[in-house]
Amino acid sequence: MILIAETQDLASVLPFPLEGQIDFPVLSRKKVKKIPKGNRAIVFLLISLGVLFLLNISLGSVNIPLSKILASLSGQSEQSVWNDIIWQFRMPKAITCILAGASLATGGLLMQTLFRNPLAGPDVLGLSAGASLLVSLMILSGNAIALFSGPWAISIAASIGSAGVFLLVIGIAQRLRDNVSLLIIGLMIAAVTQSIVSVLQFISKAEDLQTFMIWTLGSVGGTSWKEINVMALIFLVGGLISFASIKSLNALLLGDNYAKSVGTNLKRSRFLVVLSTSLMAGVVTAFCGPIAFVGLAVPHMVRSFIKTSNHKVLIPAVMIGGAILLLLCDMLAQLPGSTQILPLNAVTSMIGAPVVIWMILKTKKTSV
Amino acid sequence: MTSLLSIRNLSLGYFNGKERNLLFENLNLDLNAGELVCFMGPNGIGKSTLIRTLAGLQKPVSGTISTEKRIAVVLTDRVHAYNMTVRDLVTFGRYPYLNWDIKLNDEDNAIIDRSISQVNIEHLADKNIEELSDGQLQMTMIARALAQETEILLLDEPTAHLDLNNRVEIMNLLRHLARATNNAILIATHELDLALQTADKIWLATSNKKILTGLPEDLVLDGSFDDVFQLKGFDLKTGKMSHEPHRKISVQLDGEGHEYLWTKNALERSGYEIATDLPARQAGSQIKITLINEGGKTIWKISSAKKNQSCKTLAQLLSILES
Repeated sequence: MILIAETQDLASVLPFPLEGQIDFPVLSRKKVKKIPKGNRAIVFLLISLGVLFLLNISLGSVNIPLSKILASLSGQSEQSVWNDIIWQFRMPKAITCILAGASLATGGLLMQTLFRNPLAGPDVLGLSAGASLLVSLMILSGNAIALFSGPWAISIAASIGSAGVFLLVIGIAQRLRDNVSLLIIGLMIAAVTQSIVSVLQFISKAEDLQTFMIWTLGSVGGTSWKEINVMALIFLVGGLISFASIKSLNALLLGDNYAKSVGTNLKRSRFLVVLSTSLMAGVVTAFCGPIAFVGLAVPHMVRSFIKTSNHKVLIPAVMIGGAILLLLCDMLAQLPGSTQILPLNAVTSMIGAPVVIWMILKTKKTSV
Repeated sequence: MTSLLSIRNLSLGYFNGKERNLLFENLNLDLNAGELVCFMGPNGIGKSTLIRTLAGLQKPVSGTISTEKRIAVVLTDRVHAYNMTVRDLVTFGRYPYLNWDIKLNDEDNAIIDRSISQVNIEHLADKNIEELSDGQLQMTMIARALAQETEILLLDEPTAHLDLNNRVEIMNLLRHLARATNNAILIATHELDLALQTADKIWLATSNKKILTGLPEDLVLDGSFDDVFQLKGFDLKTGKMSHEPHRKISVQLDGEGHEYLWTKNALERSGYEIATDLPARQAGSQIKITLINEGGKTIWKISSAKKNQSCKTLAQLLSILES
């Protein structure tokens, strides 16, 4: 009763009638979102990346104080042994981590969007399998089919392998109308090549098998500056293609039909997405071996951290996230305080799998 | 009337191996400005295929679709995406006008806001699309199509899986839009009742791979709907289900207004025959029911040879008649 009386009083005092529409000043959306949350998250990720990069370089079997590392990085160090360790071993490894992590994670994001499947990764196209096939052919045949030799031999074999599968997949992608068939064909190619690899393993010598097994475990420690330059160049090209595709990637989230209805050229965008993923994943597999889980896990981690579906934010965030994850995995693989080094793939899977499970349980609804 | 889209000699279908399956043959149709057209036909006759073809998502077997106007489409494809808000989804409507870097200007933002408010989902704008009900998601998809600002809007089963309230809301909205914007709206649907009450024109897909066009009322009266839908137990001309008076009891009903209609409905559904329409039988009916309005409430009086009773609800009425 009191409430009613009060409102009636209020109505008589008000300069405008209570009935009808009252136009309240509405803050425009632009003012509310002055600093997009995505940008803040990316800044945060970049800072974490910087910190992890320094930490990664300062860790190793030889203890080098942080001040000396900073001095060495800025070119003011006189201690030549520490300088060599940093510039010949730790820097290449850390930069490889960044390039490989960013490449694989971007490839994973692109594949998850293209196939609208949260389980997709860069390896669904069968690229790693193609690389494994050629590498296994070369190693397991006891270098009998060695078309090339020297330190780049494995990288070249892996590149040819993934490029071969890539051409096959691209060829098929141009013929198919839908992405699901492409996904299935990629998985089938992977299955066939893996079975050939296992036949080769079965008939090969023990020491060759070991060499091959070590390659499959993945490593970021064996890359030279030359190889890093190649990786960086390919990452640049792949990254640029990804950025050029943000509009079609976003549209693909709606499904092929809706994407087409808002003006997406499906064939061209599919070609570009597959091209950039193949380039990036192929070169990483060539130099570091088939690194598992980064491509699958990082997009999930980033999406639970940044609540957006916009690739304009997701692509840079996933690039940084992939670099962070691989730097972290590499640090764990070195087993702090020990001279033992764990296989990289064991660590990426050990971290990646539980994180993905946790993410899925946390967000409950999963779809891409 | 200005035709916004014209279809000439259009044949649609799909290839099953080398075999050609035609769904429609030699269609000649026009979609006019300001018209709400309901495209009707039984499930599986090819409504979605025609919608997709008109939207340019699929190639016709032969014939031409000519239009100089832009087309937006609402399909039956369910959209799933991580972290996508209603507003994000509506933003896709602006994609045909954006550059590669998808930067929205003030005008784009204003159009997105307006589209969201046109379908009355402002309160959902920041909600994740995975949390929406089917009806809310459908409204969002319509808002997305509206944000595309096209002269032609095609919708495939926009009211499927929705409750009556949502269905009516969507159809009313679309009818209002056609009038207000003078755009052409084509809705594929198999929901007779709603289509008959909203459409300016009906496209009726027939079993001989053609499409009949006409006013909904004309098509009802000339029996076209009955032919196409092979209606079983639904009398289109009265808009009611037909009931078999299985009890073989005829009842005389006196009264007026809504109460009369719903009482008649309840009695017919329960298998009684209403004798009022048939004066010849009136003499033969043993039971008489009279509706009396007392202070805004209805009381049913039942008088027969055996008993005289009154009751306050239809449930009581039916149980009295039962005994």
